Amino acid sequence: MSTITLDPKIPSGPLSNKWANFKAASKLVSPANKRRYELIIVGTGLSGGSAAAVFGEQGYNVKCFCYQDSPRRAHSIAAQGGINAAKNYQNDGDSVDRLFMDTIKGGDFRSRESNVYRLAQVSSHIIDQCVAQGVPFAREYGGMLANRSFGGAQVSRTFYARGQTGQQLLLGVYSELSHQISAGTVKMHPRHEMLDLVIVDGQAKGIITRNMVTGEVEAHAADAVILASGGYGNAFFLSTNAMGCNVTATYRAYRRGALFANPCFTQIHPTCIPVSGEYQSKLTLMSESLRNDGRVWVPKRKEDCGKKAVDIPEDDRDYFLERKYPSYGNLAPRDISSRSAKEVCDEGRGVGPGGLGVYMDFADAIERLGEATIRERYGNLFEMYENITGENAYQTPMRIYPAVHYTMGGLWVDYELQSNVPGLFVIGEANFSDHGANRLGASALMQGLADGYFVLPYTIGNYLAPVRGTRPEVNRPEFKQAVEEVKERVNRLLSIKGTRTVDSFHKEIGKLLWDECGMARSKEGLEMAIKKFDQIREEFWSNVRVLGEGDELNASLEKAGRVADFIEFGQLMCEDALDRNESCGGHFRVEYQTPEGEALRNDDDYFYVSAWKYTGEGNKPELIKEPLQYEGVKLATRSYK
Amino acid sequence: MNFHLKIWRQAEGNKQGGFQDVEAGDIPSEASFLEMLDIVNDRLTEGGDEPVAFDHDCREGICGSCSLTINGIPQGPGRGTACQLYMRKFSDGDTIYIEPFRVGAFPVIKDLVVNRSAFDRVIAAGGYISERCGNAQDANDTPIPKTVADYAMDAAACIGCGACAAACPNGSAMLFVSAKVGHLGLLPQGKPEANRRVRGMVARMDAEGFGNCSNYYECEAVCPAGVPAAFIAKMNRDYALASVRNAVEATA
Repeated sequence: MSTITLDPKIPSGPLSNKWANFKAASKLVSPANKRRYELIIVGTGLSGGSAAAVFGEQGYNVKCFCYQDSPRRAHSIAAQGGINAAKNYQNDGDSVDRLFMDTIKGGDFRSRESNVYRLAQVSSHIIDQCVAQGVPFAREYGGMLANRSFGGAQVSRTFYARGQTGQQLLLGVYSELSHQISAGTVKMHPRHEMLDLVIVDGQAKGIITRNMVTGEVEAHAADAVILASGGYGNAFFLSTNAMGCNVTATYRAYRRGALFANPCFTQIHPTCIPVSGEYQSKLTLMSESLRNDGRVWVPKRKEDCGKKAVDIPEDDRDYFLERKYPSYGNLAPRDISSRSAKEVCDEGRGVGPGGLGVYMDFADAIERLGEATIRERYGNLFEMYENITGENAYQTPMRIYPAVHYTMGGLWVDYELQSNVPGLFVIGEANFSDHGANRLGASALMQGLADGYFVLPYTIGNYLAPVRGTRPEVNRPEFKQAVEEVKERVNRLLSIKGTRTVDSFHKEIGKLLWDECGMARSKEGLEMAIKKFDQIREEFWSNVRVLGEGDELNASLEKAGRVADFIEFGQLMCEDALDRNESCGGHFRVEYQTPEGEALRNDDDYFYVSAWKYTGEGNKPELIKEPLQYEGVKLATRSYK
Repeated sequence: MNFHLKIWRQAEGNKQGGFQDVEAGDIPSEASFLEMLDIVNDRLTEGGDEPVAFDHDCREGICGSCSLTINGIPQGPGRGTACQLYMRKFSDGDTIYIEPFRVGAFPVIKDLVVNRSAFDRVIAAGGYISERCGNAQDANDTPIPKTVADYAMDAAACIGCGACAAACPNGSAMLFVSAKVGHLGLLPQGKPEANRRVRGMVARMDAEGFGNCSNYYECEAVCPAGVPAAFIAKMNRDYALASVRNAVEATA
């Protein structure tokens, strides 16, 4: 029996009033008292950066950490397509309820209803806030904001800045953060990596970091710790994440008692540039916005796969998304589009080297709108594509294939975005609550900024107000012990002096996860992978080769620590996938599918959040369930036909 | 493909550095420049040599972490960052020099890694619009002409990598600073603080030790984000006007 019962703390009242009810009843910290608090924020992406800026503005003392050399480089910067908001500027029937329903349905009914509703409610404010801070969104000639469509929606609600929306939103956050840094309310610690969470009397009260330039291991105390450290897509080695993205901050918190929710819910994005060789270090996304104008197809017959695209006549092409999902067509949600691409490639109808690719064709759009319009909409993406592949997508269709892109799972949080460990808050991609089993396009930016700008600043008060004046000093034994443990681990990694490079281990687990816990999962495969992870972990700790010293900038040492955590975490992903005997969203278990090959959900037995508790190295983690409760939404089979 | 690499190695900022000869054989032509370095690093590690330290992250050309000078050109030949440079652009047997960015205001940390925090401090000196998060007016309340928004976006596209300063014979950061001044100053939301902003950022830029602009336009030639040097001229005008206004207001 479990020792923990999870209380999601969903406020009372009808769905549409919950957030207002919560705000009206939440505790406040007075302006004069705010300066007596210290907050630690790990990560400077859209969620962490915006939270740091707002807390600074409000008068809290903030210590902010990032592993990059500048907060402006957090991986939110690479988001291309856009950010959703229920503005209904297009007069096409959008509303808070519509955005809410699309997100719940897109997530295949595995997200928490109340959190998603709040997200839809605050979405409009985000756009106002961003414009006020100088984000140059795309505009129409009349001076009003422009919109585009994204997958999983039948309205046009996505705001964008060329193909660089994430960059512009992050630079907006960064400028506001910089303002607070100059005002002295935020102390920025770049090139610092969080390596442990410190818990004092059952509450999160600090972190241990390693200064990545000097190697110094430092302890930092605070009244509360906020993790905004992003997702764990790099567990797969090849993903669209930045090279440095890692699970260490959240995984270390998990080892200290925070629950990890739905780790098997990972998003495989349908439109990435296909893998071209063993040496490859990362995959590059081609924004989903391209599916507004690009038509996805493969040859109807295997024999045609070797031919050039232009030599395959219209009748011999299979526009499989338009055929299978006529009402959403090429804008079917990501999980469905990815699986469809995998299916046609598995049938032997894939194109390009190795047959792992499908065409995304702009010929019709160019004929309809002219090349100039397409260039204006997606010019930088076409340029990027040509740079990487050497092919001109204005003349020949792009080749694309699914790749790991985003992780819906994350640390478990309640409605206040607080984990089960009091004082530990988790925001952005690092938490689990809003996207269920599949995230819709342009919703990650929305959630990151919602959490940092509009949710956490309201919800943190209930924790902070009563704990005033209880912040521990860093000379307490809990901090000293954690520092010693981190140092010991660093020394251990350096002293193994084995024969295999860190990357070779990372590639090995990446392939294992992609094969067994990727787009299709099976009981046998997952059981095999779980055993395999034990072997890999043992070999890693006896045979990894990390050169250099601990007291200097040492990239292989940093990476070794991250990969060690990915190895343990990969096993947790597989445990979660094995437990969930259903298919939903990005989690597709081959045993559970309809005769047409669609995901077969099981709401009777699996309508819950899986939250995993750490039980010691090498031990099977304990599953704790948060049953989902829907008040406003009726469960239905997801259909995009 | 096979390459002769001459890689800058430097244990610490205050130690003497020098070029190390490394043979990079059997490199796939589809590999990116950084993937070539990954392969080299794996081989160095296997042979018991410490791998080369270099900054990198997104590998999509947008985060701005790349800071390599390749054959004397910051971010290497062609438009775009070093991570977007592919080995097929080189010829088999080429000798390639790889150095860090060479700017006084960007001290070397190790090997090819430099400290660019001066840029963060320049932004903190005014590269923002002071507004509180809360109840901003509706985003469509202030129309912004498309041409203005587009031009602001041209400047806002800056990725903050520092190639402009590294390419400039004077080590000037004018393209970087003018991009932020231009982006915010063009938008109606950024106008109230425009004078303060340009004076603050320019003063900080000077204090960080960046040089002056003398119109070499090397910055524009290497800028991976294609920020036009016209923003420098615009900033010079803005700065002159702001200084005059400031002087007049001080005496008024």
